Amino acid sequence: MADIDIKNYSLNFGPQHPAAHGVLRLIMELDGEVIERLDPHIGLLHRGTEKLIEHKTYLQAMPYFDRLDYVAPMNQEHAFVLATEKLLGLEVPPRGQYLRVLFCEIGRILNHLLNLTTHAMDVGAMTPILWGFEERERLMEFYEGVSGARLHAAYFRTGGVHQDMPEGMAEDMLKWIETFPQVLQDMEDMLVENRIFKQRNVDIGVVTAEQCLEWGFSGPMIRGSGLAWDLRKSQPYDCYDKLDFDIPVGRHGDCYDRFIIRLEEIKQSLHLMKQCIERMPRGPVCSTDPKITPPARSEMKRSMEALIHHFKLYTEGFHVPEGEVYAAVEAPKGEFGVYLVSDGGNKPYRCKIRAPGFAHLQGMDFMCRGHMLADAPAVLGSIDIVFGEVDR
Amino acid sequence: MIDQALKELGERISTALEHEVIATEIAYGELTVLVRADQIEKVLTFLRDDQECRFKCLMDVCGADYPERSSRFDVVYHLLSPHLNQRIRVKVQTNADTPVPSATDVFPAAGWFERETWDMYGVMFSGHPDLRRILTDYGFQGHPLRKDFPLTGYVELRYSEEQKRVVYEPVKLTQEFRSFDFMSPWEGAEYILPGDEKAEEAEGQEKA
Repeated sequence: MADIDIKNYSLNFGPQHPAAHGVLRLIMELDGEVIERLDPHIGLLHRGTEKLIEHKTYLQAMPYFDRLDYVAPMNQEHAFVLATEKLLGLEVPPRGQYLRVLFCEIGRILNHLLNLTTHAMDVGAMTPILWGFEERERLMEFYEGVSGARLHAAYFRTGGVHQDMPEGMAEDMLKWIETFPQVLQDMEDMLVENRIFKQRNVDIGVVTAEQCLEWGFSGPMIRGSGLAWDLRKSQPYDCYDKLDFDIPVGRHGDCYDRFIIRLEEIKQSLHLMKQCIERMPRGPVCSTDPKITPPARSEMKRSMEALIHHFKLYTEGFHVPEGEVYAAVEAPKGEFGVYLVSDGGNKPYRCKIRAPGFAHLQGMDFMCRGHMLADAPAVLGSIDIVFGEVDR
Repeated sequence: MIDQALKELGERISTALEHEVIATEIAYGELTVLVRADQIEKVLTFLRDDQECRFKCLMDVCGADYPERSSRFDVVYHLLSPHLNQRIRVKVQTNADTPVPSATDVFPAAGWFERETWDMYGVMFSGHPDLRRILTDYGFQGHPLRKDFPLTGYVELRYSEEQKRVVYEPVKLTQEFRSFDFMSPWEGAEYILPGDEKAEEAEGQEKA
């Protein structure tokens, strides 16, 4: 029998592939079914957010952050308003802080519900995504209740949030917190000990703690590898230092550990939501500094001065002192940072968005090397990619 | 309290690297170190390996454009030390012709971030293994985040039914892009009307 010469061949994965989580294009070099090298081509969803922000006032720039990681919109807004507040030296009233944290935790559950279920679907389980989306819809109703929009909320403001929760929403949330764990339990029963699910995830895409540090990983990726690092604990912002929660940490750094961590984080977020609702004080939801916060709408309709005041803040906006800051939050996917440079004007001079997914996707190459082709979607699912934030 | 720790850290870095560090600054509770561009690798290695720093994570590399300066670009590195629970910002200055040594040998994470900086600003990184564009379209020209690049860009694309493919055309705006200035006439705003400078030039020529 003559020797058969087997050559490596390259495979184009995506950009229109259901497991590509959006618009990822992977150029894979395969040896049979084993991945030798992998080159992600990103940028298919690049919208020039940073350039646009340089041409908008601080208030107009804020909604762009909803459109980055559109799975958990408010967590991104949080980073931007924190950066602006740092430059302005602005205090946020306690109720505003609790409301922000409450909605950030809702965002975390929204994100993890989507990620866990799509990850399960990537490796073959169809049912959880249907359950997960039903619950996501309930959570988005809370978003809608405070901001009027299910997804692109634009709810946070420099100095607090736009408006208070409507009457009765806190009770609705508490009711949801009571019923939701059952859905989560069903999902757990279906997946956690499932033989096929474990075969697809255990020891796949292993990352060591050392690799996590040198590749700039954060969030569940770094915690999956055994490092207890969470910005909500280590560099607390808003009222996280007053709340009580645990950080789940994995040991093996594989896809399965990251899955379990996200599952556990949902439970911690539920716990945090409950605490926020119980401990939320009364009072204003936004800073009362008239240089930043526009007057109430009722007042604006009656008083000429208030109308002028309102007009100035919504056309010219406020001016931010010169300087540069970096503000980071623990977004569901990892460290989401905003590097903001102000030249003293009413528009940011430079706004760099540091998205966790960008750093994680960069590690895709070394994580997939030596794995089978079918493992690539599992790794991709477990690093939790949303292209809105990777491509910006 | 926190500023004190940052101050000590800043002093330690500037004494250990006295030839590399140009200036240190603490503002808004953050430490910024301005270093010489050709020494960036040495600085980053020191920050990573020194026992009292241990900035093990490179969180971000980005550019910034200040067209009025002779070396117009900043390259900004954000490092994080989980050990100290501290962040630091390292800045270098460069221009469009002078490459900055790549940090990929010190932190592999720098790879994509430097590609992005190259793509957006046209800052070159010497020794980078794979300095391709990353976010913009295949075959894109120009560096979109430079201050002299227009917000609308230069080309727009559409699907052409005749040619059965996507075609690129120069941007046509139905309305002039409006950029408002918010200067107050009481604070010495100079209203510059486009085309006005020609009148002054003409006047100057007449006199001459």
